[in-house]
Amino acid sequence: MNRKMVFHICGQMLLIEAALMVLPLITALIYGESCALAILATIGIAIVLGAAIMLASRPDDTVIYSREGFVITALTWVEFSAVGALPFVLAGEIPSYIDAFFETVSGFTTTGASILRNVEVMSKGLLFWRSFTHWVGGMGILVLVMAVLPMTTDRSIHIMRAEMPGPIIGKLVPRVRQTAKILYIIYIALTLVEIILLLCGGMNLFEASVHAFGTAGTGGFGVKSDSITSYSPFIQWVMTAFMMIFAVNFNLYYLILIKRFKAAFSSDELWAYLGIVVTSVLLVSVNIAPLYATVEETVRKAAFQVLSIISTSGFATADFNLWPQFSKSILFALMLLGGCAGSTGGGLKVSRAIMLFKSGRRELKKMLHPRSVSAVRFEGKTVDDKTISSVGVYFAFFAAIQLLAFILISFEPFDFETKITSVVACFNNVGPGLGAVGPSGSYADYSAFSKLVLSVAMLFGRLEIYPVIFLLSPSVWFKKR
Amino acid sequence: MKIIIAGCGKIGVSVLASLAQEGHDVTAIDDDSSVISELTNVYDVMGVCGNAVDCDTLMEAGAADCGMFVAMTDSDELNMLSCFLAGKMGAQNTIARIRNPEYNDSSLGFMRQHLELSMAINPELRAANELYNILKFPSALKIETFSRRNLEMIEFKLSDESDLVGKTLIDIRKKYDAKFLICCVQRDDDVFIPSGNFTLQAGDKIGLTASQAEMQKLLKMLNSLRRQAKNILILGGSKTAYYLAKMCEASGSTVKIIEQDEARCLELTSLLPSATIIHGNGAEQELLMEEGLASCDAFVALTGMDEENILLSVFANMQNVPKTVVKINRDELVWLARKIGIESVVSPREITSNILVQYARALENSSGSAAVETLYKLFDGKAEALEFIVKTESKLTGVMLKDISLKPNILIGGIMRGRKTIIPSGVDMILPGDRVIVISSGNRLNDISDILK
Repeated sequence: MNRKMVFHICGQMLLIEAALMVLPLITALIYGESCALAILATIGIAIVLGAAIMLASRPDDTVIYSREGFVITALTWVEFSAVGALPFVLAGEIPSYIDAFFETVSGFTTTGASILRNVEVMSKGLLFWRSFTHWVGGMGILVLVMAVLPMTTDRSIHIMRAEMPGPIIGKLVPRVRQTAKILYIIYIALTLVEIILLLCGGMNLFEASVHAFGTAGTGGFGVKSDSITSYSPFIQWVMTAFMMIFAVNFNLYYLILIKRFKAAFSSDELWAYLGIVVTSVLLVSVNIAPLYATVEETVRKAAFQVLSIISTSGFATADFNLWPQFSKSILFALMLLGGCAGSTGGGLKVSRAIMLFKSGRRELKKMLHPRSVSAVRFEGKTVDDKTISSVGVYFAFFAAIQLLAFILISFEPFDFETKITSVVACFNNVGPGLGAVGPSGSYADYSAFSKLVLSVAMLFGRLEIYPVIFLLSPSVWFKKR
Repeated sequence: MKIIIAGCGKIGVSVLASLAQEGHDVTAIDDDSSVISELTNVYDVMGVCGNAVDCDTLMEAGAADCGMFVAMTDSDELNMLSCFLAGKMGAQNTIARIRNPEYNDSSLGFMRQHLELSMAINPELRAANELYNILKFPSALKIETFSRRNLEMIEFKLSDESDLVGKTLIDIRKKYDAKFLICCVQRDDDVFIPSGNFTLQAGDKIGLTASQAEMQKLLKMLNSLRRQAKNILILGGSKTAYYLAKMCEASGSTVKIIEQDEARCLELTSLLPSATIIHGNGAEQELLMEEGLASCDAFVALTGMDEENILLSVFANMQNVPKTVVKINRDELVWLARKIGIESVVSPREITSNILVQYARALENSSGSAAVETLYKLFDGKAEALEFIVKTESKLTGVMLKDISLKPNILIGGIMRGRKTIIPSGVDMILPGDRVIVISSGNRLNDISDILK
């Protein structure tokens, strides 16, 4: 393993983080808040630390392979969270470092799970930073860097693969860098459109950008304790629409941009995703109809909650904890499913679910007709057995790690529902779960150990398991004797 | 520039690697999904899995707006067809690999014209050409001809007893009354563009340019002229062997080819009536000795197995064959072969990718004031020789060379003015209309003005 190169890039990343913190710094200065000092100090720490690491590890050899790609990705996310947590501690607004770390991991991984009981007392600069981490983490930290800076290695596809969600990574154009640029341009454009629409809905620029960041990254941090409930129906509909948009594979938007509509609209994953959304909204609407006065309100609440959960954002316009069990079960299933591959959403991903379903069907058919030959088809192409088996293996890890995390936090004094949904909501980057961690609750009452477990679970979920496993496995770091 | 490469076999991949290295946006088409996933893992390129003659595949790869379409599949006919289709879709330049000797005769021109191919490339023929050049000057490791053969550059290794050893370039220039220039020197793994007070050592590999007319005289003076190889033993009856045998026979050499496959032997006898074709396993040392390995002038190993080629030329060297040449396709083996003393190596893969890199550069720069006309890779790609045509007046023209400050590791190796070849000294100058050969290592030049500081 090329350790020097790994650390060199990680050092570079800290400088990038320092640059990213300039935006919240400006916000804090505009509002004249004292947290500006904390942010400024963190920028200083990041620069010194990053430069020191870079100088200490000048690589002789810039070649990296997939293992370095995985480790660089995982390390970057950990260090981003570790340093990103500092402003909350330094400003004294979240006194415990573990709590601040949890909050920042939750931000970067676009989870939106919070340990804050009352968001409204936080200063605006820090709230901005908290939501901005969603935006950065949504499309990927390293993808951003690839788009902006010339990478020191031409094998950066390994890094991109480790960071982008989904079973198969399709490049849009031949160069990784170009691909990263296109993705970010689409991302920025959609975010800007949402900010403008939210401004039209009567939010101020601060609120509009914070909520747009939250939706774009499918994160879920807001600025009010009741999330979106007190905003106007127009704003709720805009956010519903954008949560839907950001949970779709971005490659499709590129295909639409270059006018290949047929290719874009023939995507199996897109139709499956839309099908699931519509069905869930209908079922939930019928189920919760007795609770609300008008049809519009019922559908609005149902649609907002369904999209908030399937896109793994975690905003709320209703306390779905109080909904009937059937609706809660549907939402719980959607938490596990998540958005489309290549989107900013978390979860298992619709494409993996389709492949699992189809290969399951094929297995059943094989049992009845042992000599039958059939292939799994997805997006108009035959999926090779290697991909199928890797999806199967991913699913096994997906289940095993959530189970493990559940066992680790099982001694906490909460009910079963709270604990299982905490793990699922964190691992799948949703944010709020059910029970005590529902939309109106928070993760504040968990012990420090459980908060760390849940933070790691969020990283596992966002980076799709493997990078974090490799980061933690000694055989990757040390030569075997 | 957007480039599509259809067919990613051995040659396809090496072309793809060098074009991606040059910074082009490369898309690869292959019908084997494992090849595509391997490629996209290692190189920064996009892969499309499918049939290169299928219009949907071509569309998906973006044939409609690509600058260059290269077809490198196994089949000549597939290459022609997919180039033709890509051309009709809007690809600006199409290049097909066409290697069947039947197509590489008078019919090639007709086909090229009507299939609207920008270039037909035949790696075997190009390799045979290079082999032939080496056999013509056995003292050289490699020969490049620039500018329609007016200027040549030969690479050779300085032996212990060479007159040049221990002298600086200024001394050499004073001592020999011939127009030549030592352009680059390779010592161990480093390549230098030497200055006047550079001292040559035994074991250095040097690249030397001179006009074609002077080269014979020069080599005689340096006591390193060896006569053209007349009695040639070729191992393996591939297409390259056929082309090479044909060229050698045309220049009066006798050729013996050893081939394992009986059917191919019969085919070769009808194609090359005056050559001796031996049916047998060339890996048997007994057979090689029986067929006069020890008494031939040159031994050329052209079997499909790189390893076999290398080992048998080691054997030939032990039998004191004056010249052995090896075909090696895998780049990593070229370096290994050098380590065990095999110096003359020809790689069809490298030749092909150099031609395409050079073609792509020329396309990109055709708008500049002085575009790269041709590009040659020297010393395994560690240095480059570039041929520019100076079209217009610029800062470079009309100034004596000693007054021009060049970037480090750059040298002007020759100037062609009309039919005259100038081996430049400090008092010569570049004029509009000249063809200029620039030798460079470690710089990427697109325009002749890039050589200035």
